[in-house]
Amino acid sequence: MESESLILFFIVALILVGGAIIFSTLVAPNSFNPAKSEPYECGIPTEGPAWIQFNVGYYLFAIIYLIFDVETVFLFPWAVVMKSIGMRAFIEIIIFLFILGLGLLYAWKKGALKWV
Amino acid sequence: MSSNIYDFSTLTGSIHTWLSGMMSSGWVIFTEMVLVGLIFLLMYALLGLFLVYLERKVCAIMQNRIGPNRVGKWGLLQTIADLIKLLLKELIPIRKSDALLFNLAPFIVIICSFLAMAALPYAKGLQAIDFNIGVFYVMAVSSLSVVGILLAGWASNSKYSLIGAMRSGAQIVSYELSVGLSLLAIVVFSGTMQLSGIIESQANGWWIFKGHIPAFISFVIFLIASTAEINRGPFDLAEAESELTAGFHTEYSGIKFAFFFLAEYMNMFIVAALGATIFLGGWMPFHVGNWEGFNQIMDFIPSVVWFFAKTFFIILIIMWFKWTFPRLRIDQLLTLEWKYLLPISLFNIVLIAFIVLMGWHF
Repeated sequence: MESESLILFFIVALILVGGAIIFSTLVAPNSFNPAKSEPYECGIPTEGPAWIQFNVGYYLFAIIYLIFDVETVFLFPWAVVMKSIGMRAFIEIIIFLFILGLGLLYAWKKGALKWV
Repeated sequence: MSSNIYDFSTLTGSIHTWLSGMMSSGWVIFTEMVLVGLIFLLMYALLGLFLVYLERKVCAIMQNRIGPNRVGKWGLLQTIADLIKLLLKELIPIRKSDALLFNLAPFIVIICSFLAMAALPYAKGLQAIDFNIGVFYVMAVSSLSVVGILLAGWASNSKYSLIGAMRSGAQIVSYELSVGLSLLAIVVFSGTMQLSGIIESQANGWWIFKGHIPAFISFVIFLIASTAEINRGPFDLAEAESELTAGFHTEYSGIKFAFFFLAEYMNMFIVAALGATIFLGGWMPFHVGNWEGFNQIMDFIPSVVWFFAKTFFIILIIMWFKWTFPRLRIDQLLTLEWKYLLPISLFNIVLIAFIVLMGWHF
């Protein structure tokens, strides 16, 4: 089968979730109660909005991740041809990983990897 | 040696010719699609239910309890009873939540794990889609589920959910790097990303044995990182019960909650299957050098049994982690990844490239 048949799997998963949710809404009880639809917060009325600005630590990790993930994507084609190219591929990857390692070291020294 | 293992492609081929004899080619494709869809749907649901049951039993044994034992023999039908109960529970809408994203999140989580199932090789010749970038595809699709988790946390309009989702985002994206790099190690060894090709390259020994110590190091890194990537204990900060109620799915009820639960267990199955395929030889039987008699006996065990045995071996290790180690703190979690696992796996890649260059592997 070709990769177009991924659409099949997509549709089957869609039917699985959609079907179960539709079935559930049909058979499950449905009684409205204003207290029930409040977001949970220890059983007391909610205090303030939940959509707020968030700790910058998460943001820094996301940015470092972005760099390293793209590097990993670059490494995959290299890994496939590594055996057939040999020495040249090995030297090139050492240079590549050295620069990458310097980047990690820089982020480390700057304190971007420290949780605040 | 591996020639006397039953090849499932003869079975699927004969089904195809049998169907072609009965109807026109368009209908044949349609029937086959419906069949494959139904088989995968059934397998997905049954595996999910069985894994939940297994988790409860394993947990019970580790804590010196009996576990579920009321519904059916040894409580085997317990999770089916739970599923029926969850189906009959009310779906509570959350006031001021983002209704569209709130309802979209379970779809994304399930679709991602379902798509990843399509590329796994279950037995010799039994694989729905054999991508030439198999490793990369499974990694990419299974890591997409973080989008669903982030949406679920954000759309719930609850503080617990938001904190859980943010933690989960930071954790999954961090550990994805180590998962990728540890899988990359074996891609360097085998020189292909096709999952069936990687299995064929292990006919004379699994990579965990053939690849010397670096392959073992990447296996250990893979185990740790994938446990973190699927949000399981001791890395289950996203749904830390003692501090965040239930994390990103606090506000979900009934069947929508069940889907998050199901997706978590199926993701566990997917990473275990991927690990079994890449490090432990997938459906390839266990062979020892030139012990011909021993190898013959091993070949008698069907390939599908080998695949599921190895997969469940890794699943049991992951469960063992969860019930043994205490939960980490978020800073410890990120330190472990960025200051230990990532540098080690980068160095490991260089080491493996050197071994391949020298031709020291078997």
